[in-house]
Amino acid sequence: MLDATPKKITERRALRVNPCKTCEPVGAMYAALGVHRCMPHSHGSQGCCSYHRTFLARHFKEPAIATTSSFTEGACVFGGGSNLKKAVKNVFDIYDPDVIAVHTTCLSETIGDDINTYIQQMEIPEGKIVVHANTPSYAGSHIVGFGNMMSGFIQYLAEKKAVSNGKIGIFPGFVNPGDMREMKRLAGLMHGDYIMFPDTSGVMDAPNKGHYEMYPKGGTTIEEIRALGSVEKIFALGELTTKAPAIKLKEKCDVDFAALPLPMGVEATDQYIMELSHFLHTEVPESIEEERGQLVDIMLDAHANFYQKTAAIYGDPDTVLGLTAFALELGMVPKYVLTGTKNREFTKKAEALLAKFGANDCKAVDNGDLFELHQWIKNDPVDILVGTTHGKYIAKAEDIPLVRAGFPILDRYVHSYMPIVGYRGAMRLLELIGNALMDRQDRDAADEDLELVM
Amino acid sequence: MNEREKLLDQYSGRVFKNRKDHIVQLEADGVPQEIAANSRSVPGLMINRGCCYAGCKGVVLGPLKDVVVLTHGPIGCGYYSWGTRRNKARSDSEGKSFIQYCFSTDLQEPDIVFGGEKKLKQAIQEIMEIFAPKCIMICSTCPVGLIGDDIHAVANWAKATYGIACVAYSCEGYKGVSQSAGHHIANNGLMKNIIGTSGAKRDKKFAVNMLGEYNIGGDGWEVERLLKLIGYEVVSIFTGDGSYEQIKNAHTANLNLVQCHRSINYIAEMMKKKYGIDWIKVNFIGIGETMRSLREMAVYFDDEGLRQRTEEVIAAELADIEETREAYRAKLHGHTAGIFVGGSRSHHYQNLLADFGIKTVIAGYEFAHRDDYEGREVLSGIKPDADSKNIEELTIEPDDQYYHLTLNKERFDALQQKIDIEKYEGMFRDMGNGTVTVDDFNHYETEKLIELFEPDIFYSGIKDKYMIQKSGTPSRQLHSYDYSGPYAGFRGAVNFARDTYMSIFTPAWKYLTPPWNTRPTLEGIIGGGENA
Ligand code: SF4
Ligand code: SF4
Repeated sequence: MLDATPKKITERRALRVNPCKTCEPVGAMYAALGVHRCMPHSHGSQGCCSYHRTFLARHFKEPAIATTSSFTEGACVFGGGSNLKKAVKNVFDIYDPDVIAVHTTCLSETIGDDINTYIQQMEIPEGKIVVHANTPSYAGSHIVGFGNMMSGFIQYLAEKKAVSNGKIGIFPGFVNPGDMREMKRLAGLMHGDYIMFPDTSGVMDAPNKGHYEMYPKGGTTIEEIRALGSVEKIFALGELTTKAPAIKLKEKCDVDFAALPLPMGVEATDQYIMELSHFLHTEVPESIEEERGQLVDIMLDAHANFYQKTAAIYGDPDTVLGLTAFALELGMVPKYVLTGTKNREFTKKAEALLAKFGANDCKAVDNGDLFELHQWIKNDPVDILVGTTHGKYIAKAEDIPLVRAGFPILDRYVHSYMPIVGYRGAMRLLELIGNALMDRQDRDAADEDLELVM
Repeated sequence: MNEREKLLDQYSGRVFKNRKDHIVQLEADGVPQEIAANSRSVPGLMINRGCCYAGCKGVVLGPLKDVVVLTHGPIGCGYYSWGTRRNKARSDSEGKSFIQYCFSTDLQEPDIVFGGEKKLKQAIQEIMEIFAPKCIMICSTCPVGLIGDDIHAVANWAKATYGIACVAYSCEGYKGVSQSAGHHIANNGLMKNIIGTSGAKRDKKFAVNMLGEYNIGGDGWEVERLLKLIGYEVVSIFTGDGSYEQIKNAHTANLNLVQCHRSINYIAEMMKKKYGIDWIKVNFIGIGETMRSLREMAVYFDDEGLRQRTEEVIAAELADIEETREAYRAKLHGHTAGIFVGGSRSHHYQNLLADFGIKTVIAGYEFAHRDDYEGREVLSGIKPDADSKNIEELTIEPDDQYYHLTLNKERFDALQQKIDIEKYEGMFRDMGNGTVTVDDFNHYETEKLIELFEPDIFYSGIKDKYMIQKSGTPSRQLHSYDYSGPYAGFRGAVNFARDTYMSIFTPAWKYLTPPWNTRPTLEGIIGGGENA
């Protein structure tokens, strides 16, 4: 397994090996799927679209619909305007969405297609909408693409009304439907009247009813996106992903925002609840306090199993920060903290977290890759890996347990339905990590050391 | 209206004009009708096609285990084609395997603006420092073609600098109309630069190459096991569990076996011209087809020992699966299937389905050409269009050193009457009256066909799978085998039957409708009125 990976670390300036990020459009596509009756549209050659749909389908085990402009060589020479216009007509004719969300690909970006102008020139059926976002992958990862598509929707649709609608807006960040449901549940318990954008719950976790619905009932509606321009405040969760669209909304409609980490672990969830409580002037209900107390109780009960356990945590920026924070709260040592997305902010925040808990000798990098992570582990191993599916090769090569969390998880089921945010999400993470560590202890124990009670 | 007309009914104007020629409803058993194929997809239709890069890097080159395949482009293209195709490979005792790795130049904005050649060179330098492979293949993605990086010059530089084999493939995604163009480009690159470069002579009697076998789920290994039992030597496999080291020697085989006609027929033809090696169209998917293929090979080599061994192996393998085969046949007989895959499997698997009494009522390909449907006879009548003209056709001359015909002309002609030597008859010949075939099928057509035919199971890929399953129809992926396999040969056939049975009859299907939707829940409530 990964036998070609040497222990000796060589500096690389050009070669990316075993990436820990992917490209912008897949994030844009995922964001667009969180809009009700929306067809994501990939403006480029059909390969990108095929890969992105495949990738999302593999993570969510759900259909991921999207169409493509199907560029050929001619389109590269003459521009993709005619392809896009034809595509939009056909999509409305055949698939009848309410909105088409166009994102670009490296190809259409490189030839410099001006989507704005194309959209202005095309015939759009009455009552239908076309929006767009620029998503060149050479300028950012899927995380950036997700934020760009949010900004695209805001740019086209958000409207400032004279009076506020009294609601709050929640940007959930690049998380699973299960996480979005949990964020909404908590906001509901806090009596928040909210708009979540985007919202893939009810879309990318739709039930099987025996008949296929191309547009399931979930997703942020167009009306709701319009109304984002008149909400009282935006809670941009997963700030490294959602701060940019929050700024966009601020610029366009002068809506205030609070940029927050993903509510993962105790402190970040506390922060989410406190912000909501503060802003909504509601008291934190008994039920939330109960959940929190349960979580802390479990953390105390189980702390001995986590103390000083070393972890390598990798994946998307906000998710990794959240996982790192919770690992620290559990008494673990997040020895390696890595994201593939280029973002200096990430590294600073990760270092600040590590410093706060006095975790020395830990390493945090952005713009890293899994090859690099593996080499670190070869030189100085860890007790557990926490991250996405691609780490399973390292896990096997080095015989280290892996807990799957984040995006993508291609080789397990249910993950997208279950939260890792909020107090209950933290409980679940604690169970996953704890089980992995304790299963390993059982597996490795000599017969005479196998504990019945742990 | 027949099913085809119903399918087209929703389309208007231009889309109708385009799609009508890509959809055929057979009017007689096994009689081909003309179908439009290998042409541009209609923008905006939710199709399943991928790109040229996917065909070149993803399909043909990706499985070469001792080659560092370097994607030159932004990160996504390389990332998605990393480890996702189930082309299994074992590392050789001596060599390193790069199958678990993804290599990319991860181009950034300045590279797009100022050119990426410098970064490509630097990446190759780093590959040599860290991995020191014997062969590097560079695959370019869409933006690279546009910024004009000369990847072929870089490959030459690498060859000269490091004394390794280095081949560049200009397989930008926008070339051609689908993965198919990429297959062709990959075939050309291997032919020009790798095949026949080992200096080895043709000195074996029953040596074969397996062409178009990508070892998905271990299919190639299962076929290789059978061939070895009979006494064949497998020189190289294109390209499942294949390697640069093997493929260099491909010219030393006596016969080429073509499994996936679509992706590899170019090499088969070019090797015939250059080395005189004949090819036959085999199919190791399906029990009957496996037997036919093995027997035709024996006929080709015309050796009594080989013929006997073939029969012994067939008999032993059949005996081995007999009981399970019968059990599944009894359970599956009479069911119907739809099948949409890339460019050859939709045909191959119909044979396997027929082995178990399952009738295929709907079929289609993502990126096939007319010959894959109608047979190679139509080849001479296909006019190249603007898109196919962009893909280079190599001019091949007989090789001074290695050209050698195995059969004389007389024997070749005689054999052509008996076996599928240099012949492929296409999918239609195995399909029945009234069945519908769709070229470059899309989401809408898939949905509609399922509604019209209500097949008991539908084989397709991951992009359709969950949509089909949500419509209440069992669905299995035939690109990845849903992480199962092997499906080739005799043992593979019963694996396939088991998986098919399992997916049709898994208990969860019974729970689709909750009981409260079919049974009253408010029984006995007085005055319950109409809701009771
Ligand atoms: S070209 Fe760009 S958008 Fe398309 S798959 Fe590659 S990285 Fe992603
Ligand atoms: S950018 Fe081009 S090469 Fe890459 S996936 Fe898209 S179509 Fe294929």
